[in-house]
Amino acid sequence: MAKVFIIAEQRDGRLKKSTFELIGAASSAGHETHAVLLGEGVSGLATELGHYGAKTVHVAEHSALKYYTSEAYSQVIVPLVKSISPHIILGSHSPTGRDLMPRIAAQLETGLASDCTQLRFEGNQIQVRRPVYAGKATVEVEFLGNGPKLATIRPNALGIPKPNTGLSATVVQISPHLGTLRTRVLDVVKGSSGRPDVTEASIVVSGGRSLKSAENFKILEDLADVLGAAVGASRAAVDAGFRPHRDQVGQTGKVVSPSLYLACGISGAIQHLAGMRTSKVIVAINTDPEAPIFELADYGIVGDLFTLVPLLQEEFKKVKEN
Amino acid sequence: MNIYVCIKQVPDTETKIKLNPNQSGIDTTGIKWIVSPYDEFAVEEALRLKEKNPGSTVTVLSAGPSRVIEAIRTALATGADQGIHIEIPETADNHLTAKALAGALKKETQVDLIFTGKEAIDDGASQVSQLVAEYLHLPCVSVVNSIQYGNQTVQCKREIEGGSIEILESSMPVLIAAQKGLNEPRYASLPNILKAKKKEVKSLKLGDIGVSEADQKIRYKNFQLPPPKQAGKKISGDPTAQAKELVRILHAEAKVV
Ligand SMILES: Cc1cc2nc3c(=O)[nH]c(=O)nc-3n(C[C@H](O)[C@H](O)[C@H](O)COP(=O)(O)OP(=O)(O)OC[C@H]3O[C@@H](n4cnc5c(N)ncnc54)[C@H](O)[C@@H]3O)c2cc1C
Repeated sequence: MAKVFIIAEQRDGRLKKSTFELIGAASSAGHETHAVLLGEGVSGLATELGHYGAKTVHVAEHSALKYYTSEAYSQVIVPLVKSISPHIILGSHSPTGRDLMPRIAAQLETGLASDCTQLRFEGNQIQVRRPVYAGKATVEVEFLGNGPKLATIRPNALGIPKPNTGLSATVVQISPHLGTLRTRVLDVVKGSSGRPDVTEASIVVSGGRSLKSAENFKILEDLADVLGAAVGASRAAVDAGFRPHRDQVGQTGKVVSPSLYLACGISGAIQHLAGMRTSKVIVAINTDPEAPIFELADYGIVGDLFTLVPLLQEEFKKVKEN
Repeated sequence: MNIYVCIKQVPDTETKIKLNPNQSGIDTTGIKWIVSPYDEFAVEEALRLKEKNPGSTVTVLSAGPSRVIEAIRTALATGADQGIHIEIPETADNHLTAKALAGALKKETQVDLIFTGKEAIDDGASQVSQLVAEYLHLPCVSVVNSIQYGNQTVQCKREIEGGSIEILESSMPVLIAAQKGLNEPRYASLPNILKAKKKEVKSLKLGDIGVSEADQKIRYKNFQLPPPKQAGKKISGDPTAQAKELVRILHAEAKVV
């Protein structure tokens, strides 16, 4: 049995689904699963981590931990890791995880495999595979040296386990000893859409240049809202000013891995495919039967998105209402 | 001000990736190399800061095989003053790369600001900025799309999840990792291209900066190309029938809705 240490993530008092993925994977493989949770007024969330299989939840609360900074968080996590000596440390490849884990790796002088899409436990080791060249190839990561093995896992890559309310974790409160902090979050300005983030959503509805205007994206937003989906965009749509850059999917945008990716009027340029090729099911709607997106799509419709998207919205609504 | 920019040379985004025969890496023959796109925002930010602070110098660093000197020259042609190349093997990981960059930066007399891209588009790991910052005991602010410079402090806007923007203040010196939107990178001008040829690019070996290849922490092996996809199913009929059938499949067969 390996000791696995997981960086739990919460924002605004809600745990992230990607944290449940990590805890579920480690605990269902039979490992001693520790989680660390940082913030202010977050200890109530420890119970839920227990339901997914965390054996021990270490909770650090402090006003300087209310918002994540790599500096303050690593000052708490690194000494804790040293006292627990885990074999494996896992985080999500989320905005927080991808920023924090390299700090921890550097302080522990140990190797980190980032953005892994496959994870297997083998004794006290992990076997991980990750995409390189924007998903045009994948590699296995070999860890050199004896330190703990660190990895960040792409959200949605492992799947969310079913919680078991019969399980509970031991909660350990730790009192953080913070040194000088040179970085400080002054404010967080909330995104206004209310829709999930493209990188975290289990369904993404994306549109391209063919939408022709920012206003026309409304039909995709309406479809997305029926599905609880995020709205993504091609770079051509972003460059034309139809969508903000944070919605861009692709090699120079976000990499997404939802269970369903619906590409509407997107040609399927190599740089776009890089951002969504690991999606579980890909659907393409395009007027051009030769569009490269159809080579990657599991299901395709040759047709006009302006006709099809509203029809799909109606049909999905029926399914959702049943 | 002494401003530094760490850049990486990467295959052009159009590149079709082929593997070498023993699958220990990619076949680099015929690859067109470019400066990683996010690093262009980093270079541009450094140049703009220099223009606002006359007397500043912009030094561009890149760690890699000798081909990366070409990337340094590209940055010099947009207006950077000098370059430092640190020779490391093609197979170096993020740790060794970061140790090499940090090692070279430690030799500089004064470092006020370091810029990088938020990630390199070949490896896509987004490790090097934080690693370099940590090895230099500096703070790091990543995924930054706007910077306000104060007196010995910076206020950065950084992108976090859900379209939210975080406003973070840091003391200087600091390492800032650039996101798209930070600025619009300029093109090289002809006079600058000519001047770039005469600018100094210093070359360092790992031994010169107290780093060794043993500082590598991970190695990539067993490269694979994504499995070819089975031809997908085209759904025919009139639009209403197509929509009905697609929704039925996604719900009843693929079970994703
Ligand atoms: C360095 C670099 C980085 C890049 N990074 C990215 C990236 O991160 N993400 C990205 O997406 N791109 C990226 N690109 C751009 C990429 O090469 C393509 O230009 C872009 O993806 C095209 O967007 P599109 O599919 O919306 O537009 P187009 O290629 O113009 O395709 C529009 C498609 O819509 C179809 N269409 C038109 N009307 C309709 C209709 N009524 N109904 C249905 N279909 C219709 C057309 O048949 C066509 O296939 C990058 C390029 C470079 C050089």
